[in-house]
Amino acid sequence: MKAAPFRYERPRNLDEALEMLQDEDAKPLAGGQSLVPMMAMRLARPSVLVDLSAIAELDGIERRDGGLVTGAMTRQRTLERRAGVIEELPLVAAALPYVGHREIRNRGTVGGSIAHADPAAELGLVAATLRATIVAQGPDGTRDIPADHFVSGPFQTALAAGELLTAVRWPLAQPEDRFAFAEVARRHGDFALCGAAVHLHGREPRSVRGGLLGVGPAPVVHEAQVSDAEGIAELAEQIASGLEPSSDMHATAGYRRRLARVLLERCMRAAWSGAGG
Amino acid sequence: MTVSAALPAERLRRYVGAAAERVEDAALLVGRGRFMDDLDPFPGTLEAAIVRSPHPHARITSFDAGRALEVPGVRFVVGPEQTATLRPFPLSFRAPMPYRPAATDRVRYVGEPVAVVVASSRHLAEDAAERVNVGYEPLEAVVEVRDAMSADAPRLHDEAESNVATDRTFTFGDVDAAFAAADRVVEGEFSFPRYSSTPIETYGVIAYWDNDGTGERVTAYSNFHGPFAMQPVIAGALGLTSSRVRLIVPEDIGGSFGIKSGIYAYVALIALASRHAGAPVRWIEDRIEHLLASSAGNDREMRWAAAVDRDARVRALRVELIDNVGAYLRPPEPATLYRCFGNLTGAYAIESVALRSRAVVTNKAPTGLNRGFGGQQLYFGLERLMDKVAAACELDPAEFRRRNLIPSEDFPYSTPTGGLYDSGDYQAVLDLALERAGYAELCRRRDAGRSEGRLRGVGIVTIVDPSGTNLGYVTLATPPEQRVRGRDKSGSTEHVRVAVDASGEVTVMLGTTPQGQGHRTVARQVVADRLGLSPEQVHAVAEMDTATTPWTVSSGSYSSRFAPLTTSAIAAAAERVATTVRAAAAVMLDADPDELELAEGMVRVAADRERAVQFRHAAGLIHWDPGSLGGEARLYADAAFTPPQSRHPTANDQINSSLCYGFVAEVVAVEIDPKTLELRVQAVTSVHDCGTILNPLLLNGQLAGSIAHGLGGATLEELRYSADGQMIAGSFMDYLCPTAAELGFELTLDHVVTPSPNTPLGAKGAGEGSTMSLPVALANAVTDALRHLGVEIDRLPVHGSVLHELLGGREKRGDRPNDQKGP
Repeated sequence: MKAAPFRYERPRNLDEALEMLQDEDAKPLAGGQSLVPMMAMRLARPSVLVDLSAIAELDGIERRDGGLVTGAMTRQRTLERRAGVIEELPLVAAALPYVGHREIRNRGTVGGSIAHADPAAELGLVAATLRATIVAQGPDGTRDIPADHFVSGPFQTALAAGELLTAVRWPLAQPEDRFAFAEVARRHGDFALCGAAVHLHGREPRSVRGGLLGVGPAPVVHEAQVSDAEGIAELAEQIASGLEPSSDMHATAGYRRRLARVLLERCMRAAWSGAGG
Repeated sequence: MTVSAALPAERLRRYVGAAAERVEDAALLVGRGRFMDDLDPFPGTLEAAIVRSPHPHARITSFDAGRALEVPGVRFVVGPEQTATLRPFPLSFRAPMPYRPAATDRVRYVGEPVAVVVASSRHLAEDAAERVNVGYEPLEAVVEVRDAMSADAPRLHDEAESNVATDRTFTFGDVDAAFAAADRVVEGEFSFPRYSSTPIETYGVIAYWDNDGTGERVTAYSNFHGPFAMQPVIAGALGLTSSRVRLIVPEDIGGSFGIKSGIYAYVALIALASRHAGAPVRWIEDRIEHLLASSAGNDREMRWAAAVDRDARVRALRVELIDNVGAYLRPPEPATLYRCFGNLTGAYAIESVALRSRAVVTNKAPTGLNRGFGGQQLYFGLERLMDKVAAACELDPAEFRRRNLIPSEDFPYSTPTGGLYDSGDYQAVLDLALERAGYAELCRRRDAGRSEGRLRGVGIVTIVDPSGTNLGYVTLATPPEQRVRGRDKSGSTEHVRVAVDASGEVTVMLGTTPQGQGHRTVARQVVADRLGLSPEQVHAVAEMDTATTPWTVSSGSYSSRFAPLTTSAIAAAAERVATTVRAAAAVMLDADPDELELAEGMVRVAADRERAVQFRHAAGLIHWDPGSLGGEARLYADAAFTPPQSRHPTANDQINSSLCYGFVAEVVAVEIDPKTLELRVQAVTSVHDCGTILNPLLLNGQLAGSIAHGLGGATLEELRYSADGQMIAGSFMDYLCPTAAELGFELTLDHVVTPSPNTPLGAKGAGEGSTMSLPVALANAVTDALRHLGVEIDRLPVHGSVLHELLGGREKRGDRPNDQKGP
């Protein structure tokens, strides 16, 4: 478990980093919570490792244009501990404690987790459910990518070669919005077997966005109108029965589908009752 | 877990029985432990990386290390050609299944060593390992024993007639008559999974093969912990006499729980690498290697049947055990089948038993010791069966067990298989466990919850916890007619040396290779009591060196042997030293040695305490003025505790397989979310009788740890193989150990003390009991929660996905378990 040989770079600014990342065997290093173990197992073998930790412009959280912008290198724990995050981004606040363990969140970054695109990652699911915006920068400039179109498959994203996720723009919660998050994992802190995120918004009939992780190659997000609490169970059933999750030693496809239905229904009910429905 | 533990108030002596804090902890807590990777005993030590088989079963068609040798810094690559020069390890019994530390012409499990690359750094060695070119011709693999036993199964060892390495039957008592006369017969089939212990420190070896002018020799440091019967086994493989192989074990080992007994094969392999590299070689196993190819408890398929009389008493058992030992019969396997031979009938007054024991080779990694060795597998069958019998008799499982437990007046109790249970009061332990658990209230809450759609269950087990293994049980794999007369095996002996220096400071030399148990702490307590000193005046040395430490083949750390065996030897050696010190003090005090006592750092006339000399002055006389002693001036004493109860097997295959037999009664309460089927342990109550308690702090730590380990095996940990032989739990992403977050349940520990008559201190072992009881207690609890839905837990691990499938994969609304009516 020693990494294959690689060159280590620690650029001071974004331009320098982007230039280094034009090498197709280069990999950006954010918090390293997934990449470093993969390198130790020689499953990832970048020839150049571009450490982003010294780039000030990638770090930090600010309110801008009715949203909250988190720099790619914002540590997950920093966002979790931000005063007011529960009001600004209640769904993010609810999901973050499920991301690994505290020690992992101290190192792990918001951008790193989303760009890594593990099908069971919480932050990617929440970003897709909330319709956050991924800000990407490459040699040809900056572009916005809707988070629900960002992940194309397991560990695959809409980022082009040489393009770097630089920030995530999260829409702030509105007064009538309600949220819920739940997941089931073999142990606390493990990648979940299945997780659900729900965003209920608007007035009756309410609009509900329900996202699921762990049940497909990428986060699965559905949007529907719900006029009363009675419709919730049916909606959860309908969404779950259309899923094609995979089986592994921790959960069969059938069990994942069961969890999807139960967790979606639980989250939708929790959000609904929180909305006074 | 929240621990509440009642500690017995009685104190045997001043220090033994006290909750002395561990002397080991201070160094460990500040990072000053010295583990294998901290040692640098030989200048110029090179580093090794091992090339392992990616195939579960394949013929090696070619081997080319040329490109690896081109990497700068690479010294040598050991391949099949060099490995073939080693003799196969001597096996536990004669079987045509040669086992070497690496493959020669064929690989038989994923992760089997094929080559060793020796280089100036581990990084370079791993770089070069990727360039070793091994040609394989894949062969069909077989991973489950049922498949491996079939006539057309791929055979692992060509010289063997089949994959069944051993197949023995035993009958004790008139089993057929008991079954013919039975009021009812209850049967069950059970499977126990393969899991490990994943000690924090992995395997490590530093070996140096050189010639000291008188001949070839090997000096090897490793975190091996015995049994040191493997020392001659290593020497045999290397083709050296045993005196030319010196094993050194550092004072600190970062956990093992039995797993590191399997390291001896790597000692031979790295010694071979050193021989060819012409330099000392270090190999530190990484976690992937550890999970893939170190060792594990074996998976077992079993079938049990009980003959039950009209009073709901079990009169006889029929038992079939089939162990999956992996690709080789790595010694001491097939010991898992026999370690619990004497206590096969558990805690019950069962008069007769028939047993068929088989060990089968498959394309999985070899197995070996794992905390609870053989007990977790055995009791998973026996205690699930007992619950089935209770259910068939419509009796509460506690009441049923009470009827069947061995009565306290029957001790010492002879079991049909040759066990001699030394002491116990099983009814008292069970009663205390039920009381501390609030059993009646747990059952009431379970029943009340069920009417609300909640799934709660309560599980009970009662088990006998053997300690101080009699190595003679390994002989059982050889049929009596094939055993060589005069070469029988038995033994639980442990050697110890106690010495007093010129300042009166006492040193205890242990050959027990502790891995975190706190042997040094307890050794101090025992010696301090015997010599009337404070523990600060006693130092225990746990570094083991086969060239200097007193040892024998049974030395080491396994089968919970420190408390019953080693402390007995320590006490005996300390008594011998005390006799010498008394003789010296008698000269100084002009008294009779027999009227002297050792207490409070003094040697004094018991009836006239003012007539006293300091212990250190009496000891000083022996060192500085031996001429005045008038006898042998010896201030060290060796002792070898040799219990007469540990005999080799009889001609009819009975054996007292352990010296001591403790007892555990455990109650587990669980709740299952009816929708997500998540399983939560609510409370565990564990009451042990391990005889005299030497140190309640250490004891309760052992119990809490073994409960966590048992919970891991029952719900999380599994070394699972795919049907085609790939190991699919190859990292801590998939091999899930319990963490603090999984141990949030209420844990109640308590003790009943019936001292062992077989050990001078009355102590028995205790650190493995709950690893044997907790897995089946949990299975019984989950079964209790789900029996009304037609689900019984007869295999492990159990978790949400398993329950979903056991419930028929039902997941549609209206099919939810809480909507089901019981049968």
